[in-house]
Amino acid sequence: MIEYGHFALALALATALVQGVVPLWGAARRDRAAMALAPQAAVAQFLLLTFAFATLIHAHLTDDFSVRNVFENSHSTKPLIYKFAGVWGNHEGSLVLWVWILALFGAGVAVFARELPATFTARVLAIQGLIGVGFLSFMLFTSNAFERLDPPAADGRGLNPILQDPGLAMHPPMLYLGYVGFSTAYSFAMAALIEGRVDPSWARWLRPWVLAAWIALTLGIALGSWWAYYELGWGGWWFWDPVENASFMPWLAGTALLHSAIVLEKRNTLKNWTILLAILTFALSLLGTFLVRSGVLTSVHAFASDPARGIYILALLTVAVGGSLLLYAWRAPQMQSGPVFAPISREGALVFNNLLLAVACGTVFLGTLYPLGLEALGGPKISVGPPYFDRTFVPLMIPLLIAVPIGAMLAWKRGDLPGVLARLKLALAAAAATLALTLALGGARALLAGFGFALAIWIVVGSLVEYAERIAFLRVPLIRSWQRLRGLPRAATAMTLAHVGLGLMVLGMTASSAGRVERILVMRPGETVALAGYEVRFDGVRKVRGPNYVAERADFTVTREERPVTVIHSERRFFPVEQRATTEAGIATNLLRDLYFVLGERSGDGWTVRLYYNPLVVWIWGGAVVMALGGLVSLTDRRLRVGVPRPAARGVALEGAD
Amino acid sequence: MRFRKRQRLVLLLLALILLGGATALVLAALSENIAFFVTPSELAAGKVEPGKRFRIGGLVAEGSVEHLPDGSVRFAITDTRNRVTVVYRGILPDLFREGQGVVALGALAADGTFRASEVLAKHDERYMPPEVAEALKKAGYWQEKGGKAGP
Repeated sequence: MIEYGHFALALALATALVQGVVPLWGAARRDRAAMALAPQAAVAQFLLLTFAFATLIHAHLTDDFSVRNVFENSHSTKPLIYKFAGVWGNHEGSLVLWVWILALFGAGVAVFARELPATFTARVLAIQGLIGVGFLSFMLFTSNAFERLDPPAADGRGLNPILQDPGLAMHPPMLYLGYVGFSTAYSFAMAALIEGRVDPSWARWLRPWVLAAWIALTLGIALGSWWAYYELGWGGWWFWDPVENASFMPWLAGTALLHSAIVLEKRNTLKNWTILLAILTFALSLLGTFLVRSGVLTSVHAFASDPARGIYILALLTVAVGGSLLLYAWRAPQMQSGPVFAPISREGALVFNNLLLAVACGTVFLGTLYPLGLEALGGPKISVGPPYFDRTFVPLMIPLLIAVPIGAMLAWKRGDLPGVLARLKLALAAAAATLALTLALGGARALLAGFGFALAIWIVVGSLVEYAERIAFLRVPLIRSWQRLRGLPRAATAMTLAHVGLGLMVLGMTASSAGRVERILVMRPGETVALAGYEVRFDGVRKVRGPNYVAERADFTVTREERPVTVIHSERRFFPVEQRATTEAGIATNLLRDLYFVLGERSGDGWTVRLYYNPLVVWIWGGAVVMALGGLVSLTDRRLRVGVPRPAARGVALEGAD
Repeated sequence: MRFRKRQRLVLLLLALILLGGATALVLAALSENIAFFVTPSELAAGKVEPGKRFRIGGLVAEGSVEHLPDGSVRFAITDTRNRVTVVYRGILPDLFREGQGVVALGALAADGTFRASEVLAKHDERYMPPEVAEALKKAGYWQEKGGKAGP
């Protein structure tokens, strides 16, 4: 069975090669037949990879231990969901998922982009095919998931228990959808550079693909953060781990791209910058893949280390990034620059947003790669920890966050800053009140937290004020407001949602950083301690048995002023197959706080336990979901849907290039 | 055209201010927040002043792990030549075990013990943290082949 998958993979490589070469040549020669091959090849490649992926999943689900990948990463006693999710819980399998998603986006462009000029589609798909060639050959030559094991094994080695969690089923696919989705932005940018023309319709074609990737990446990062939070048992939600940074950098660049594409679409300016961002975003995705997949990092996420793989991906990265930047350097100066705008304007605000995001991305880049570079050059081994990022990234984000509601209200071309500030007086008052209230409750020590809360309220209220103004809320009868609301472009609602989500995230981050209460102590069964207004009773530890592990389970009874609140179970699990232990934190979540208890080692007649009270922490991920929801609403905006007839005057630009 | 030049100038100035500010932030943060990696032997040679944060790595010495009544743990990290006493208040990683390679982040206290704020053990038992391998190599106690320290 697996041989068919292997064969399909090789066929997919051949298809990708055809897809990468023939349409490019066809577009240059205006050969319609050669160009028409591109969508067909893209769909064929997707079908072949779907089949290959399915055979690998089949091998995992049926415990086929004659396949090396299954033997190395699975075990017959593993629950079914982890047999499925375990397909991409390892290096080779995750690459299959990677190329499958790449082909999915390629096929998506082929199917949905029928209305685009033929040369443009052909070039986009050709670039997409070339990326596929790079990764498919990487898989076939260095990381093949379809190899047999001879002789077959009786049972497998099992999957790292820390990965045996529902998070594995969701986090990598989402993250990859985001990472790889930005390949379309890259292909669009390259095609535009080859054509030598960028205009508002290009930005409009690009936008849905960037949006889709951005939504997936937002959710993927949030899922990963949530997973780390509940699975690692450290009570934190972001560690500035290089692997986290590897996914965060494309997000920052992608967010900047999303905003600059708006300027290009509406005002026909910032062309070169948008193209450059599209290239850089995918370059950072590739860099992330390199960091994670080559094993140059030694973090909790590193699955494998093999220098041949590292060098191959590095070469791939060099060709993809170097080639595109060369093309950019050659073609970009020929692009016409767009109309001018005053510094205080919507364009100006979006440029401000882009500059800050890019610089912040740069500081993350530096903090992530500096230790690696230093070591590679023979310098000392150093580590750059969270304090570095707290001192660089966070200060850069503050002006950006302050600017969010202001920028959203400024007019295009020439804005009126005092006027906008006057319209935002409600948000300003709410923010000031929040700061005063935090200081009154927490004293001078709460100054930083107060600013964080004020910033969150400023963004949320400011965004809502802008939206309320648009629908003339309370200024006209409610029924008229409702009609205005129905008539609003989806993009306006989307922006408000995304910005409110951002504000909620800032709220959750501030509260959980500043208001966290942590107690580490040895508790004996029956003992009660106080934690942030709750009484926590430790009821003792008992043995329980799971599907493929045994565990020690601690029970905690939580009360508040003698009224029962909840019962929390924390476990230490031991997996006999893998000979490993994991910690399962017991968490009780509601919208206001998390109670997060971790069971530690036995200590005399008691146990070491770590008890956390994390206020509003759920809003970090809730905010991300609201942001992604904003992206979804924007994606459904009719004006952005590819294939909708465009106004003739603007739509002919690219066809005219032929 | 003058207008376009002015727009470019404003953009350029803004970008320069931002880059300058970011560079200042990065340099300040890097000079204060880089944690160097030190082996127990280097520490014994007096390479680190008290109060400075650094990382130390090696094997957890056999028979050295003690649970103190306040919930903290005391253990020794060794590169087989020299050892350092570490005190850590918190929950040890799942793979923390005597004889295992670990990396701890913290600073020296006045009494010469290492106060760790973070202890990392790798999630794979077959795998040795590269820093620890390095420390053992420096102490002349590393077998290239097996990938694991000798008995």
